[in-house]
Amino acid sequence: MTALFSKTARILLASLLAGCSLSAIAQTKVEDAWVRTSVPGQPSSGAFMRVTADSDSKLLSVSSPAARDVQIHEMSMTNDVMRMGPVDSVALPAGKTVSLDPDGYHVMLMGLVKQIKEGDQVPLTLTVENDKGVRETIEVQAPARAMMEKMDMGHDHGAMK
Amino acid sequence: MNDLLTRRQVVTGLGLLGLGLLTGCDGSTTALDFKYGKDLSNKIMGRTFKLTDTQGEVKTLSSYRGLMPVVFFGFTQCPSVCPTALARAVQAKKLMGEDGKTMQVIFITVDPERDTPEILDAYVKQFDPSFVALRGTLEQTQAVAKEFGVFYEKVPVGDTYTMSHTATSFVFDSRGNLRLGLSPSLSAKQCAEDLLTVMEVC
Repeated sequence: MTALFSKTARILLASLLAGCSLSAIAQTKVEDAWVRTSVPGQPSSGAFMRVTADSDSKLLSVSSPAARDVQIHEMSMTNDVMRMGPVDSVALPAGKTVSLDPDGYHVMLMGLVKQIKEGDQVPLTLTVENDKGVRETIEVQAPARAMMEKMDMGHDHGAMK
Repeated sequence: MNDLLTRRQVVTGLGLLGLGLLTGCDGSTTALDFKYGKDLSNKIMGRTFKLTDTQGEVKTLSSYRGLMPVVFFGFTQCPSVCPTALARAVQAKKLMGEDGKTMQVIFITVDPERDTPEILDAYVKQFDPSFVALRGTLEQTQAVAKEFGVFYEKVPVGDTYTMSHTATSFVFDSRGNLRLGLSPSLSAKQCAEDLLTVMEVC
């Protein structure tokens, strides 16, 4: 139990350090949020994260001061054709970590207010509704990462000496 | 004849590296045995495109003779598959070592309305300074997509749009014969292996 407690304490501390607002009834956990950097003139970018709700919920929307319009899109691949489209919400089954990543659901920041540069902290506000209709907002600061970051962490890294 | 001359110029430009490659080039387009990708050796696709690079120069397939063009269709506001494919190409190039220098990534925009030459140039160069981006008018874009059998369409979202498109990387040998189609599901290592197979023939 002690170990469990200290793990929880660490997560809480980490969340606080990351600038998350945590209320006593926080039910949804957001981890590893990041935003892709943009090049000058590029009007949109993507945000990615992992979301875990402790009861059956759905992610209704995301907002950010960094973009005029923020939408949740789903990417799917059929016969090498990538299809993209907006979704109304993303189901967050109780206790299951749902990944918003470049290979599935992701957050689109459309109409960027300014260029997103490496090292920027992009504020994101998630609105989640549980199965009782109770809404919760979660605020996170998502660091901006360059295009290559994801690949650099890939498994092939060790073979590239 | 015109093609031959162009090629000679390119080869001269490439010097010894180019000549070395040509010695292994038998000119045939018989099917190749790829481990992961799809053999496109008998497909007549993507041979006649004429598009503009980010410096305003008109480019055709023969502009890249002596190199191994890897053509990918996309748009710079693409959040996932485009950056993933381009980053994968960077990694495959590294895995191929010296041979990787022959690889020429060509990013063709399916969104010429929003992808200005400036944005395109900054976009591809952040992956690798050797990558080039090509752009056409709406009609030229339609024509080049058709030529490659590439599907793309605008998907309206709010007052703007995103896009769906084919995410295959098309690989030509150094003589300009289409050889290989790489699916977005393949890893950099798998791509590198098949790309080396293309280099073996030509």
